[in-house]
Amino acid sequence: MSTATRARRYRDVPAALIFVGPAAVGFLTFYLWPAIRGFYLSLTDFSLLSAPEFIGLENYERLIGDHLFWNALLVTLEYVVINIAVQTVFAVLLAVLMHRLTRSMTIRSIVLLPYLIANVIAALVWYSMLDYQTGVVNQLLEWLSVDRVAFFGETTTAIPTIALVNTWRHVGYTALLVFAGLQAIPKQVYEAAAMDGASEWKTFWRVTLPLLRPVMALVLVLTVIGSFQVFDTVAVTTTGGPINATRVIYYYIFEQAFARFDFGYASAMSFALFVILAGVAYAQLRLTRASQSDLS
Amino acid sequence: MTKARRALAAAAALGLLTVGGCSGSDDSSKSASGTITYWLWDTFQQPQYQACADAFHAANPQYKVKITQYGWDDYWNTLTSAFVSGTAPDTFISHLSYYPQYAAQSQLLDITEQVKKDNVDLSQYQNGLADLWVDQQGRRFGLPKDFDTVALFYNTKKVEEAGVKTEDLQNLTWNPTDGGTYERLIARLTVDKNGKRGDEPGFDKTKVATYGLGLNSSGGGFGQTEWSQYAFSTGWTHGDKTPWPTRFNYDDPRFKQTIAWFRSLVDRGYMPTLAIASSGVNQMDAYGAGKYAMVTEGSWNTKSYWDLKGVKSGIAPTPIGPIGKRASMINGLADNIYAGTKNPEGAWQWVKFLASPACQQDIVAKQGIVFPAMKTATVEAERAFAAKQIDVAPFTVHIKENTTTLAPIADHWADISALMTETMDSILSGKSGVDSLDGANRKVNEFLKK
Repeated sequence: MSTATRARRYRDVPAALIFVGPAAVGFLTFYLWPAIRGFYLSLTDFSLLSAPEFIGLENYERLIGDHLFWNALLVTLEYVVINIAVQTVFAVLLAVLMHRLTRSMTIRSIVLLPYLIANVIAALVWYSMLDYQTGVVNQLLEWLSVDRVAFFGETTTAIPTIALVNTWRHVGYTALLVFAGLQAIPKQVYEAAAMDGASEWKTFWRVTLPLLRPVMALVLVLTVIGSFQVFDTVAVTTTGGPINATRVIYYYIFEQAFARFDFGYASAMSFALFVILAGVAYAQLRLTRASQSDLS
Repeated sequence: MTKARRALAAAAALGLLTVGGCSGSDDSSKSASGTITYWLWDTFQQPQYQACADAFHAANPQYKVKITQYGWDDYWNTLTSAFVSGTAPDTFISHLSYYPQYAAQSQLLDITEQVKKDNVDLSQYQNGLADLWVDQQGRRFGLPKDFDTVALFYNTKKVEEAGVKTEDLQNLTWNPTDGGTYERLIARLTVDKNGKRGDEPGFDKTKVATYGLGLNSSGGGFGQTEWSQYAFSTGWTHGDKTPWPTRFNYDDPRFKQTIAWFRSLVDRGYMPTLAIASSGVNQMDAYGAGKYAMVTEGSWNTKSYWDLKGVKSGIAPTPIGPIGKRASMINGLADNIYAGTKNPEGAWQWVKFLASPACQQDIVAKQGIVFPAMKTATVEAERAFAAKQIDVAPFTVHIKENTTTLAPIADHWADISALMTETMDSILSGKSGVDSLDGANRKVNEFLKK
């Protein structure tokens, strides 16, 4: 490195600080500091209204023996698997359809519509539409001579129902992200594929998907982490029930903190979740080689 | 992409900073200028307490009361965060399931001295209500403001269609073995898709159009409107004493029999499964849609039931149980004062006014929305309800016949409640038997020893 480039580098520092500053302040104040403090609180017995009392690893010992914590992780995992699998397949499908078949802005907007509805509203409307006795969906099922289903009420169907309601809301947004990725794929490769006589199906598997990989990696990391954080849909519909069938990890943490005033234990669970999510995100990025593109 | 995200993060950070900068000027923080802040959760009751606030201001011009309302779900979270940040209201309506926790954490003002100094007569309130607001150390945190009991709400049209006379609803009997005339009525009111009634041969319990009795929830460890009226009528109570039991009685055979009977209504198709009841709309809306012929409900919801479109309701008293008497839980609210209030004298004057005839008898009773806690205000309240064509005698009969049982109030209630909700949900959905109550009760008693 020559002295000239190094000097230029330092000359850029003030300007860089101006640009990075606001984000850095936000990051330090709203992410880094609360995270550090959260970790400290996880080592304490803290009931919010009196001062925290240091108890070492007691909360973590309790966590290992708490069957509801493990149940919450399992329930959350079930939710994530259903939510991400269905959402990703439909999002890619929608994106390819938008890419290959239409240039209409209207259709692209319609795809995004559910995402514009607040989560809580979407959840409440689905909750009443899916009601066993008065819900319009069950009325339709009856006309089709199918037995009514207590979607949110049965332990077996509650989590899939919540996962699909949120899929419905997020699929359009995810499709738009994938769609943006599709537009970055050069036209020439499609022309070349067509020239070689590749079918639409083959083009999708051999050209589109491989070239979409970096975008898909990013989309998956974002949606998986977002999916782990499911909370509001549960909070306004099943509140963790029936029994413990929908007591997802975020809701359990919320209950421990705000209903039972056990902030220390809630912090310990949050920290455990942080470690798990960091691991998941790292594994995903490595497995999908997100930083490399097959285009270059 | 990364650039765009970073820009977004910066914008978000700036946005948050701005918001954070504003929150200092929250209008809910108390002021020293003689304005007393007061929080409540029930929109139906806001007008009557506003009227009390106006009357209080007229009598004490140096004080002004500012009322803020939050929905029930936000209320307790908002209040808790307000305690933490020191911006809690001077006074607020409180509930038995929350106040012990706040009291234990020194957030509430002990008013024992004030009550003694001002000679507040505690016998003017319905029996037992005043005791609920004294903790185990003998500190008083509130004066009773209202009371509530439980009764049956029935759909008059469905009762008529079943050929049942409304007089027959007045003296129903119940026992945990065969359910008595009460269960026969519930069976009669249940109708399947083919129009067959629950007490007729050929009744299809898998295709029920109208359930004889609605279901709100499993009731958890409280069961206020779900099963407490049956369990109490066997002589059972939640704990060995109330308030502040030293052990709970969820393993008592009488309680187990009651719950087994309650669960059997589901098996017979007379009451919806917990899955159906918790699959979307709540008990009141399902009743409003004609899916339930009867529900057990608390007196605080009376106006909401009368406001339902398309359904005409009547009220009947809870059935007479094995001990030869009816039973109902009695519960009541009170106003608490924040320990950190800048104006303890003004707050006390306001709370005392809320617990006085000037507010309860002259204003609240006349609205016909709740029953004020003062004995002398009950007749006035009955009259106000009657003016709206609502006969509330089924609620007040428990006062007259002295058949009320106080709501359970205990330390560690949040933990007990979480455990019992899980247990009762499981029993009511048939995933475990009533014998699982033995283990649950052991754990509940361990919470009490903490």
